[in-house]
Parts: sequence; C-alpha cells; structure tokens
Amino acid sequence: MILIVEQLLNGLQYGVMLFLLAAGLTLIFGIMGVINLAHGSLFMVGAYAGTYVAGVTGSFWLGLPAALLAAGMTGFVVEAVVIRRLYARDHLDQVLATFALILIANQGIVLVFGRQPVFTPLPEIFSGSVEVLPGLPYPIYRLFIIAVGLLVAVGLYLLINRTRVGMLVRAGATNRDMVRALGVDIRGLYTLVFGLGALLAGLAGYMIGPISSVQVGMGEQILLATFVVVVVGGVGSIKGAFVAGIGLGVVDTLLRAFLPGVLRGVMPPSDADAIGLGVASMGIYLLMALVLLVRPRGLFAAGA
Amino acid sequence: MSVLRVTHLVKRFGGLVATDDVSLTVEAGEIHALIGPNGAGKSTLINQLCGELAPDGGRVELGGRDVTRASVPARVALGLGRTFQVTSLLEEATCRENIAMAVQARAGLNFRIWDRIAGRQGIWDQADATLAGTGLVARVDVRAQDLSHGERKQLELLVALARKPRVLLLDEPMAGLGHVESAQMIAQLRDIPLPMLLVEHDMAAVFALATRISVLVYGRIIASGSVEDIRENPEVRAAYLGAEDALC
Amino acid sequence: MRVLIGLLALVAVPFLADAMGQPALLSLATRILIYAIAAASLNFILGYGGMVSFGHAAFFGVGAYSVGILFAHAGGDALWGVVPGSTNLLVTLPVAVVLSGTVAGVIGALSLRTNGVQFIMITLAFAQMLFFFFVSLTPYGGEDGIIIRRSNEFLGLNMRDKAVLYFVILGIAVVFFAGLWRVVNSSFGAVLQGIRQNERRMAALGFAPYRYKLYAFVLAGMGVGLAGALMANFLRFASPDMMHWTKSGEFMIMVILGGVGSFFGPVFGAAAFLVLETYLAGWTEHWQLALGVILLVVVLGTKGGIAGLLARLGGRG
Repeated sequence: MILIVEQLLNGLQYGVMLFLLAAGLTLIFGIMGVINLAHGSLFMVGAYAGTYVAGVTGSFWLGLPAALLAAGMTGFVVEAVVIRRLYARDHLDQVLATFALILIANQGIVLVFGRQPVFTPLPEIFSGSVEVLPGLPYPIYRLFIIAVGLLVAVGLYLLINRTRVGMLVRAGATNRDMVRALGVDIRGLYTLVFGLGALLAGLAGYMIGPISSVQVGMGEQILLATFVVVVVGGVGSIKGAFVAGIGLGVVDTLLRAFLPGVLRGVMPPSDADAIGLGVASMGIYLLMALVLLVRPRGLFAAGA
Repeated sequence: MSVLRVTHLVKRFGGLVATDDVSLTVEAGEIHALIGPNGAGKSTLINQLCGELAPDGGRVELGGRDVTRASVPARVALGLGRTFQVTSLLEEATCRENIAMAVQARAGLNFRIWDRIAGRQGIWDQADATLAGTGLVARVDVRAQDLSHGERKQLELLVALARKPRVLLLDEPMAGLGHVESAQMIAQLRDIPLPMLLVEHDMAAVFALATRISVLVYGRIIASGSVEDIRENPEVRAAYLGAEDALC
Repeated sequence: MRVLIGLLALVAVPFLADAMGQPALLSLATRILIYAIAAASLNFILGYGGMVSFGHAAFFGVGAYSVGILFAHAGGDALWGVVPGSTNLLVTLPVAVVLSGTVAGVIGALSLRTNGVQFIMITLAFAQMLFFFFVSLTPYGGEDGIIIRRSNEFLGLNMRDKAVLYFVILGIAVVFFAGLWRVVNSSFGAVLQGIRQNERRMAALGFAPYRYKLYAFVLAGMGVGLAGALMANFLRFASPDMMHWTKSGEFMIMVILGGVGSFFGPVFGAAAFLVLETYLAGWTEHWQLALGVILLVVVLGTKGGIAGLLARLGGRG
C-alpha cells in the first residue's frame, strides 16, 4: 500500500513535468499550427543554463531566473528566426526544420558544456523528507515540484479563462482565422505564446535537474512522452494537457515500478526485468493509439 | 420513382437547427432549383445529400436505395454526381488529366499497380471526347491551377459529367461568373439530359433553368412549386426576397 | 539516358574503390543503395501519397529482424517448433518483405483513421512500440540486438566478398526502382497522386481514400522492409536502433534532401546524407551541428531538394 502511494506520488511528479512541457507545446500546436520537435531543446537549455548559474553562484534560487531567461531568450530567437517561417508551411517542413534545431541545440550544448552530465546542488531546505503517510517519508524536493506544477496549472487556468490575452488564446486554438479577422496583432500573440511555452519548458528543465542528471539528449526522452500527452489530451487544450499529463505520468511510473515485479512471478528474473521495462515503455504509446482510435482528435480537442 | 428523395431530414449544430425537417425530391427529367438567402442552410443540406455530413434524423434515398448512412464514394457509385461551390480540382493536373481521373474512376481497375495509366487509351479517348466541343478544348494541357475562374467552373462541371452520374447536385455553378460566362453555363446546363438539384443565387439562371423551385429559409422549406407559383408566392417574396434585400 | 549513365557509374564503384585503394568507398556506396531503397519507399507514401509517416523505420527494423531471426533458427530449433530458419537470401528477402508489409498493414489500418498532426504522432507511437518490443525481446538479444554471423547465401556467390555483396544489392536496387517506376505510373499511382492533391475531390469521384492510402502504406512498408533485410545482410547485425525514431527522421531528411515527390530524389538524398555523415564526422565530432544547419537551410530555403536543383541546372544548360 505504502509502496503504491509512493509510486503514485512519483507518477504525479512526472505528470506535472509532462504537463509543464505539454502546456506550451499544445498551445503552439493549437494556435500557431506548428509541430515543434525542438520544444525538448528549450527544456534542455533551461536545465543547462540554470544548473550552470546555480553551480557558479552556489545558489539554487539564482539558477531559476537564469534558466527561465535562457529558455525564454532561446525561444524568442528560435521563433523569430525559424518558427515564424514555418507557419505557412506543411507539417513535413515543420518536422524537419525543428528536427534540425534539435541537432543544432544538442551539438551547441556539447560545444559549450561538454558531454559529461552535470548535477544541480539541492538547497538545504529541500534536502530532507517529510512523512506524507505514517511510514512513508517522501523527498521534500519532489513535493516542491508537484506544488510548482499545480500552481502553474492554476495560473494558466486563470490566465486562459480570466484575461483578455487568454480569451484570444482560446479563440486562437478553436479558430485561427477568426482571431486574424478580429484584427488582433497575430504576430505578437504568436511570440507571446511561444515565449510562454519556452518559459514553462525552461522551468521544467531546471526543476528536473536535481533528480535526474542534466545531459545532452534529455530533451528528446521527455519530448516523445510530451507529444503523446498533447495528442491524447487534444491539440490546443490546456485542460487536456493537464489531464493527460498527470494520467500518463502516473500510468507510466506505475508500469515501470510494478510490471517487472509482476512478471518475475511467471518468468526468470533477468527476462522479467528486460521484458517488464520494455512493455512498460510501450504503455503510453499503446494508450495513445487506443485513445486516437476512439477519439481521433484526442480527449479534449479544441473546436471539435 | 424519384431519383433522389429526402424525407424529414434534420441537422443540428449545438442549439442551431441548420436543417429543419426538410423533405424534397428530384424526379427524372427535372431541374429542381433550391433557393434561399445566405445562411439558409443550403450548403449544409448539400453536404448531407453527398454524405460528407451525417444528418441527425431523416432519410436520404438514391434511386430507391436508402443511403442515409452511406459514405461519399458509396453514393457516387450509386450515381450521385456533384459540383462544389468553391471549385475543387486536382490543381497540379491538367484539364485532360482531371477529366481522365473521373473516367478512370468510372472504369474501375484502380488498384492495378502493374499497368500503365498512359497506356489505357480508352480513358484518354473518353476524356478527349468529353472535352471536345467545349470552351476548354484549347486548354486541355493547362494545369487546373492556371485556369481562369470561369474555366475552372466549367471544368468542374465536365469532371462531374465524365463520371456519368444519374443525378447531379450543382452547388452554385454560376457563382462568380460574368454575364457572358453565366449565359454560356446556362446554355450548357440546359443541354444536359440529367435530373438535377440546382442550388443557386442567380435568380435569372434559376428562372431560366428550373422546372420546379423550393425555397429554403432558416433550414426549412417554406414553399415549393413551379416557377410561376414561386414568383407569385407572397410568403416567398416577404421572407426570401425581403431577406435578400436586407442583406444586399 | 541519364539513368543509364548513373547505372554505369554505380557499376564502376567497386573498381574505382579498388583502384583508389579506398575500400571504405565501397561500403559507403552499399549503404547509399540500401538507404535509397528505404527513402524511396517513404517517398512513395510521403511525396506521391501525401502521408507524413514518422514511423517508417519500424518496418525497416522488421525486415532486418526477419533476416536475423531466420538466421538464428537456421540449422537448429525451428521457431515455435514449426518455422524452420533459413540463411538463403531467396527465402529471407521474401519473408522480410511479406512480414514488414503485414506489420505495415496492421499499423496503417489503424493510423490512417487519423490525419494531420495526429497521423504523424500515431505512426511515431506505433514505431516506438515496436522499438520497445524488440528491446524487450531478450531471446534475440534485447537491447543489444542480434548478430548474424555471415551474410545469407545467394546462388552460390561468395557473399563475403564486399564487391559481390555490392553487386547483388545493386541488382536488387535496380529491380526495386524499376518496379517502383511501374507502380508510380500505374492506374493506382495516378489515384494515389490524386488523393495527395485533393482528397475531397477524389472522394466525390467515388474513390474511397482510406483503402488506396492503406494499399500504398503496405507497399511502402514492403519496400523499406526489403531495405532492412539488405541492411541486416550488410551489417550482419539487426538491433532495435534500426527502428529508433531518429532513424525515421533520417529517412525523412533523405527524402527532403533529394526532393519530395521526385522519383530519383531519394537516391540523391541518401547519397547526400551519408556522404555528409561520413565526411563531416571524419572532419569534426560536431558534424551533427553542420548537418542541422544544412537541413535547416534546405527546408527553409530551397524548393525541390537536390533533384529540383539538378532539374533547374539541366533546364538552363
């Protein structure tokens, strides 16, 4: 029981991570109509910049603005130089151009920081655990990530549902041409949305640093899972990104934690571990295929 | 037996009833015109007849067969032909190739991967025969994307005819045509010996072509009858012509 | 005529490599031929059919594993006690082609119910599922893949000789491209290209797009499965990495470098990609940075890739 609660919390923590990335990505999809494979690179840039500054200054809290600034600036430049030219292009060009950005970003990071993984120092207050249930100590830092993720979710909810910009974002996700017809500065809105997505990606990248190493290629690993979240949740839907992010995060974590153990009951342990992990990795993709077969546009598709 | 029969068709979008209990028929040998102000639900109705949109209630029959749930290609196979309001062509293909694709569709054998389409002489002969004597005969090797609007409208009609349908749905064939082009299109349509459902805004064309007229307003058919009946019908004048004036 | 000159150049490669004392050139040319088949089969659905599949490497891997698994059972226990293994190219290639076509049929039947972004992502998802399936397939090496100790036999030829293997693969590539040429110019090819241009119009003519797209998807899966089987023979190795999503990305890069929807574009694209990879990697360890920049310039700045460039040059000259 305690084991399950612990893994549920781990799943929740992974889920909010996925949400932070998927929220930006789904808006970029939904509003700008651009498939951005390089979203994971912004995640990586945030992680490296924040971790570097935190390492130099010795302060976790100084790393945070550095991560946001670096990811935001990179996003700004990428939008102005590359993404802007892709709005009118077909999906193939978008996939390939942003795939090129991944190659460039990964090698750029190698040039600046080398290939060795880097680690973020954890501040004092986060180093301990609290007992969330009797007999279940849980790392404070992971709880902090969950809290930040939920806060961002609330913040986004208020932004989207209570402000004028949010209204435009919602309208844009449902009907792009309508927003254009309203005479809104669509360029500005696009830049804003892309910048917001970049900030969230940078935030996620920096926060993940202390619990999984910061290394080249970290963006792609989480990128594919993020895509699954976006498509399952429905392109353009923040709500979908939240529900699918948490749901898939929990499912993935539980499968990885428990499937090898279950399989050990029926086969030799070495096979059980390999097969269990392999099948667990297939889990979210299988779920996505199932969802798309029933609802080809995702669970909460905007404008459907 | 009616070639096309629609009974009690209903389509809702949220709270909006776009097609409100519509019943109509197209009989052999007639041109049944459907008129109505913008937003009356004409396109919604056409899309349900073609199978692009599923109705919420009612029935569509083609040659006596219930096709309410049938797909677009299945209805085409039963003899339904259509033109699009905004012309829909194979843009990179020439006039001749556009027609040939329709002939090929009718001829079948389309899953053959080992023949040579250029060598299926029958298809190209039939395409040329379709184009012969039309205004496009000098433009056979021009790509669809390079044609003028009037030529595109004409090609759209020829493509539909090349498929050899039993009944034709025409979605505003006059839209955007100049005076001379309209006159040509009217002459051309008059020569087609097929039953048609003609959705059209151009009243001159409707009065020149139609054997029967139905008036669609807010998703409902408010009147149906001969050209004279509709011309004189006070309700039509109030509802339709009034609305039209207000829109202009 | 140009095709003939190109073919002569390809026939000359082993002799040139020998004369120049550059055996690596031969291996590069062999890989170009194999990847050209893979990229051309992707180009068939992408360029001619308009389906942006992001999971094409899955069938490449299925083809490769077919050869690997048949090899593992050759002369030993039959697979599931009934299917005997084989090391004969005349058996393994057809098996690989049929199996990858079957897998493509299943994945295509499900994926083609969606379109646009969802289609790209669901093909990617299925490919990832197959990737992890083979990672967890411990009887055949799991993550490490499966070693094929010697290339398949073919008509008693000495397949250990790199030049012989090259000529066999060249022969198969020629047959493949000749077949693809027939398919592209067939009745079916015409319908497929019509569907790419305007699916709604084709439906209004009575074509059910789904069936035609699925047929094309299966054919393309068979083509890339053939390439995978040849690659397994060339590398004497099959591993899950052959169906990694970045491999699908590489196939797409080859298609766009060569020119989307151009018949011989994938040959140029595969050649350009592999030459860049080989020589940039020899020159700097950061070759992917250069590749990224080149790719970006090609995508944003050119029309029609290398084939388009050649056509324009030919038009002027």
